[in-house]
Amino acid sequence: MALGEAPSVADPAEAVPAVTPRIRSIAVVGPPNSGKTTLFNRLTGLRQKVANFPGVTVEHHVGYLRNRQGEEIAVIDLPGIYSLSPKSEDERVTIDVLEGRMAGTPRPDAIVLILDSTNLNRHLVLAARVIALGLPTLVLLNLADALTAQGGTLDVLALARQLGTPVALIAAARGEGIDVVQNFVSSRTALPAPATLPVLNDLPRCREWAARVAKGSCYRRPVPSVWGRRLDAVFLHPYAGPLVFLAVVIGVFQCIFTLGQPLSDGLRNLLDSLGQSLGGYLAGGWLRSLVVDGAWKGVTSVLIFLPQIVLLFLVIGVLEDSGYLARAAVIADRTMKKVGLNGKAFIPLLSAYACAVPAIMATRTIEDKRDRIATILIAPFMTCSARLPVYTMVIAAFIPDHRILGPLMGARATAMLGLYVLGFLAAVVTARILKSSILQSRESQFILEMPAYRWPTLQSLGLRLFDRSRAFLVRAGTVILAVSLMLWGLTHLPLQHGQPPQIQNSVVAQFGRAMEPAIRPLGFNWKIGVGLVTSIAAREVIISTLGTLNGLDPAQQSASLQQALHSELSLAGAMALLVFFAFAMQCTSTLAVVRRETNSWRWPAIQFLYMTLLAYGAALAVYQIGTRLVG
Amino acid sequence: MTEGESIRLAELDEGERAVVSGLELPEAVAERLMCLGFIPGVEVVAGKSAPGGDPRVFCVDGGHVALRRETSQRISGLRLVANAEGDEP
Repeated sequence: MALGEAPSVADPAEAVPAVTPRIRSIAVVGPPNSGKTTLFNRLTGLRQKVANFPGVTVEHHVGYLRNRQGEEIAVIDLPGIYSLSPKSEDERVTIDVLEGRMAGTPRPDAIVLILDSTNLNRHLVLAARVIALGLPTLVLLNLADALTAQGGTLDVLALARQLGTPVALIAAARGEGIDVVQNFVSSRTALPAPATLPVLNDLPRCREWAARVAKGSCYRRPVPSVWGRRLDAVFLHPYAGPLVFLAVVIGVFQCIFTLGQPLSDGLRNLLDSLGQSLGGYLAGGWLRSLVVDGAWKGVTSVLIFLPQIVLLFLVIGVLEDSGYLARAAVIADRTMKKVGLNGKAFIPLLSAYACAVPAIMATRTIEDKRDRIATILIAPFMTCSARLPVYTMVIAAFIPDHRILGPLMGARATAMLGLYVLGFLAAVVTARILKSSILQSRESQFILEMPAYRWPTLQSLGLRLFDRSRAFLVRAGTVILAVSLMLWGLTHLPLQHGQPPQIQNSVVAQFGRAMEPAIRPLGFNWKIGVGLVTSIAAREVIISTLGTLNGLDPAQQSASLQQALHSELSLAGAMALLVFFAFAMQCTSTLAVVRRETNSWRWPAIQFLYMTLLAYGAALAVYQIGTRLVG
Repeated sequence: MTEGESIRLAELDEGERAVVSGLELPEAVAERLMCLGFIPGVEVVAGKSAPGGDPRVFCVDGGHVALRRETSQRISGLRLVANAEGDEP
């Protein structure tokens, strides 16, 4: 096993004449935690995009690499699978793509199968099924560094002879040995010619076959690492385990607020001064107003959350790649079970504190469909980073900054914490209701493979952050820009004698007044009403909307908007507004991702109606009770 | 090691071993578990658990898989008991 030296590939067919056409596309197949995504990222770098197969919720990445002749080879990253039985959606999609039955995706010319070399016996079962498909296949045995370091052995050539395919040991995280993929796609490759194959639909026999093949390749499994056992002894300790768990959860929030907030503030100052100098280059009048008040202010009011979002994904990425999140899910399972959910829901729900969109995508690890939908439906109750500016603005305007619990806790911080708890309770209660009614499951399983502890790699973290930031920036550049421009336009219509009207006479005001009867019982006037409508695009838009509607100087928007709010809202109305935002489903991106992940309009529709009605009812109760108490 | 009484995997304490003898679970779940190594005849070692013993991590076939009690309750096995001489597994 000369790893790290010349590309060590054992090819039983080296002397055999080529029988296949040139390779133009390859599919990367492998079980979860085998390093499949790491390999894919190594192969394609930034030349990749996310795609969805039509009609299914399974997402995949497509990237490109160049072969030695300089031709572009498409690389499809298929979902992580344990087997090829058509029962799970991921596995069905994989079979369909590999057999060329997936609409819009041509059958790949070859397969790169990546397996975990530290656990070969089990993973060879998948190899049998993949090789039986009859496509040229390259078998990569990943984590070769861990295999050798922990005293495992393997005769690669013997394995290649038995499988009838080229086999190579690699260490994908370090990029060692992966140039065999280059060689593979640069030459004509023979079809697999396995010495024996088991009866594929008989799992016990497949296992026997795998054990025989592994034995015939002098495979000795590595001794489990001492570190892994030591870490498990802490993370799954009866007392230390839950304490570490709590510390991690608190640490994630601390990190986002104590590190993210100053970064966001700095970015806001930077963007504000950029906006001012931008305004300086433009002549006065409507163009300047459109660019500065309409577009710039609207978009930057959202952009300032980028640091917090990046930070959260960084922290969660480190926790996930290191292997800790799987242990956290085990610790959380009992508590989650009490509200009818699965321990695996812990991971998406934690991410939902940053943003519900990636959280909902992260629910894919939950196999039980009902558990998964329940998790998707409650995720938007978690206090996402878009609610934060709304809370901050209203609290700062209405709650005096006095201490209520000694020096530790100010009134404002208590109010903020209360809103976080409120969202969490709404999620728990909703989960209970859902799981004891429409989403009741007869029995739900919690089957979670514990990945080995690994150091997160900069490359995979970097790519993930790049992916998320890009998605966020695209949203700011499209949806939020469009809403900002539209709102600006509507505040400048109808023209009166060629001049824009007073804001009170604009189309927006007329629209807001029309909805006033519905929101008056909540203590909201027409301006708040318009804010509620525009914030359906994204929650934080209400701030830029109110800023525009109040006709304030954009540079002082934050400070004077708070004063202006006092004339719009009573104290009870402000409380009602906060409660409304805690519950309401104001986020088109979330609705879109729920529609994509559940593959129907039914669930996003139910979610939107439920959350809006709950928000309306709760805000109504708060305002009506509040006005009677505080006047 | 000798095979002893018939048990459920849920009855194993940390460090105890058994050989899987059957899975009384819905087909899809059983298949998933078999892919992870819970195949009749394969040896399983009970590992660490969440507080209260549920869910518990089982070492099977070189991998580590966490199962809820209600799942491990429905996997039957034969307990492996160390002989008096304490021979190696």
